[in-house]
Amino acid sequence: MSDHEFESFFPQSGSIDMQDQSSAIDQGVIDQLTAIAARYPQKRSALMPMLHLIQAVDGRVSPRGIAVCADLLDISEAQVSGVATFYTMYRRRPAGKHHIGVCTTALCAVMGGDALLERVEQKLGISAEQTTADGLFSLERIECNAACDFAPIMMVNWEFMDNMTPAKAEQLIDDLTAGRPVASTRGPQLTSWADSERVLAGFDDGQANAGPSAGPASLAGVQVAAQHGWTGVPGPISPTDIESAAAKPKAATPKAQPDSAPPKAAAAKPAPQPASVEAQQATPEPKAEVAQPTPEPTTAVPKARSAKSAKTPKEAK
Amino acid sequence: MTDQLTPVLTRNWGTERSWMIDSYLNQGGYAGLKRALTLTPEAVMNEVKDAQLRGRGGAGFPTGLKWSFVPQDNPNPKYLVVNGDESEPGTCKDIPLMMASPHTLIEGVIISAYAIKAHTAFIYIRGEVVHPIRRVRQAVTEAYANGLLGTNILGSGYDLDIIVHSGAGAYICGEETALLNSLEGRRGQPRLRPPFPAVAGLYASPTVINNVESIASVPSILAYGKDWFTAMGSEKSKGFTIYSLSGHVHHPGQYEAPLGITMRDLLALAGGIRPGHELKFFTPGGSSTPILTADDLDVVLDYEGLAAKGTMLGTKAMQVFDETVSVVRTTKRWVEFYKHESCGKCTPCREGTWWLVQILDRLEKGQGHPGDVDALLTVCSTISGKSFCTLAEGAVACVTSAVQHFRSEFEAGLTTPAWELLPYGASSAFAQADSEVAA
Repeated sequence: MSDHEFESFFPQSGSIDMQDQSSAIDQGVIDQLTAIAARYPQKRSALMPMLHLIQAVDGRVSPRGIAVCADLLDISEAQVSGVATFYTMYRRRPAGKHHIGVCTTALCAVMGGDALLERVEQKLGISAEQTTADGLFSLERIECNAACDFAPIMMVNWEFMDNMTPAKAEQLIDDLTAGRPVASTRGPQLTSWADSERVLAGFDDGQANAGPSAGPASLAGVQVAAQHGWTGVPGPISPTDIESAAAKPKAATPKAQPDSAPPKAAAAKPAPQPASVEAQQATPEPKAEVAQPTPEPTTAVPKARSAKSAKTPKEAK
Repeated sequence: MTDQLTPVLTRNWGTERSWMIDSYLNQGGYAGLKRALTLTPEAVMNEVKDAQLRGRGGAGFPTGLKWSFVPQDNPNPKYLVVNGDESEPGTCKDIPLMMASPHTLIEGVIISAYAIKAHTAFIYIRGEVVHPIRRVRQAVTEAYANGLLGTNILGSGYDLDIIVHSGAGAYICGEETALLNSLEGRRGQPRLRPPFPAVAGLYASPTVINNVESIASVPSILAYGKDWFTAMGSEKSKGFTIYSLSGHVHHPGQYEAPLGITMRDLLALAGGIRPGHELKFFTPGGSSTPILTADDLDVVLDYEGLAAKGTMLGTKAMQVFDETVSVVRTTKRWVEFYKHESCGKCTPCREGTWWLVQILDRLEKGQGHPGDVDALLTVCSTISGKSFCTLAEGAVACVTSAVQHFRSEFEAGLTTPAWELLPYGASSAFAQADSEVAA
């Protein structure tokens, strides 16, 4: 019928590794698993975060972890295994201390992800889906990670490492190997894959305030809008408030502000310093009055660009 | 003079500690909720309905209408589930939103849950993005501490709890019924419909599932009114949305504009194609939407405009590729994605995506068999419309549209490797010398 060799649909599949029965799950972990189950209206919903905790503790989904989840949730071990082997983030073999993912879905691949993966494989001396002998790194070829505007993308412990290059990747691996601090481009300092898994299980690691609000690409449109004085809402904040150095203060909004908008907002707008203007802006907070804090829009609200404005093409490319 | 870009959801993304509740409140946050709580749930639903907000997660179904399908005489609890499983290739708007302004989402959740009379809401976020999950969790905690969640919210008598749930790596969980299975602690495989989730969703109870951006758009509708919202956009596609531009554009990123902007204008705002190059093809709404080419620059990027071109607005994710890019290589990678992400439930999708990859792989290597291009299309027609969910449709769309526009490039795969036709290093974002593309 065909001339192809049989190849497993899921090359890394197979069941949980029953050869390795090691586990670090103790009563403290069981208490945490029980606490996760208590978060949900029906406890089986807790299975996914519970498995995240299992692998944070055991480095993979362990046979004991399967048994403990099944016991706590009153379902069969087969049902737990079925879930553990469906989702790609659950590991059947131990991850490294740091888990590296290189995106090679179409756009990242084209933008350099393929070359990036190749270089990382060379650097670590392993192929994708393997773990280094010293247990420091595991490597995965990942699918689109929702950061295409920062392509090519690499994830370390599921934190973003944006706009990667092979040289930057090598440096990153050297730094992590030497134990030097490395921060995600949009997040906290990298600690370990297990720590990230614990966050996914729902345990706070106190790092929510690390890193910026957004990466540069996320702000691309806001900056263009600021340069042109374009606004979306008649509210107290305007795009001139953004921290961007590119944002230059605009003179006045050409559009009418809603009558009921706090006058302070308009006054504060042309503040030229790119620093935080929130202090001055604190006034318009729609505090107590539950009645109607909403300015009814007047005539000249930010308008649709419907068909007719297709006349402003700028230069095409 | 109208505004080409209209930052509403994105407007505070660059502000100092924008993810904190103080920052959000100082910028007028939770005004929409305060107004909503003075209205009846039905009035809130009608406001969203009248604003003609349509789903921003791909299908474009009217959000308020979806809410109205929840049978209020059903004795079971009602649930709101937010779909934050953003995984469609090219789509990268919900993750930055949750990272930069999680309170926009939470305010939207409270208003939406109030409208459908739910007292428990879930935010399902894909697992491969730890930092947005931290930020959303912290924001939920802040909201509880400020009386915005829990019992008797802002003295209204309304109660709501939010549970933040992390996924574990499965594109299919972006499909709403697969997401529900996943949230119930099962394998994320789609369910047969009917019954629809509005009637029997999570725990077989009435459930509304909305995309992050759809829910995040609700607070502004309540704060500024439906007339403000419908003043933006085109005739049947009202309001604003976040367009995600990636790939070979000069300034990739998130661009929030009224629906109905043209691709030409949007591209111009992003600085055009990277210097020295020209557009070859692009996805209008993620890789599951049929691709368009440089001939389609004037396409109107709204639900109708793209449907008229035989494609879809989808998630408004424009992946842009210039003339250096091999369409065969790109298509193969997309189909590999669908093969990897097919949940395996339906045979046409599970097996068909596998076969497509086989054929595309030999075409990429220049080892195609005579008739392979037609074989691709045959396999596509065998897959299309024959499975529970639309994952298979997406897998097929990129192939059929690519063959339609670039058939000769596929035919060349019978003799010439794609990397000889179009050397891969030329497409890379970094210097060619650094890329060492293996041939």
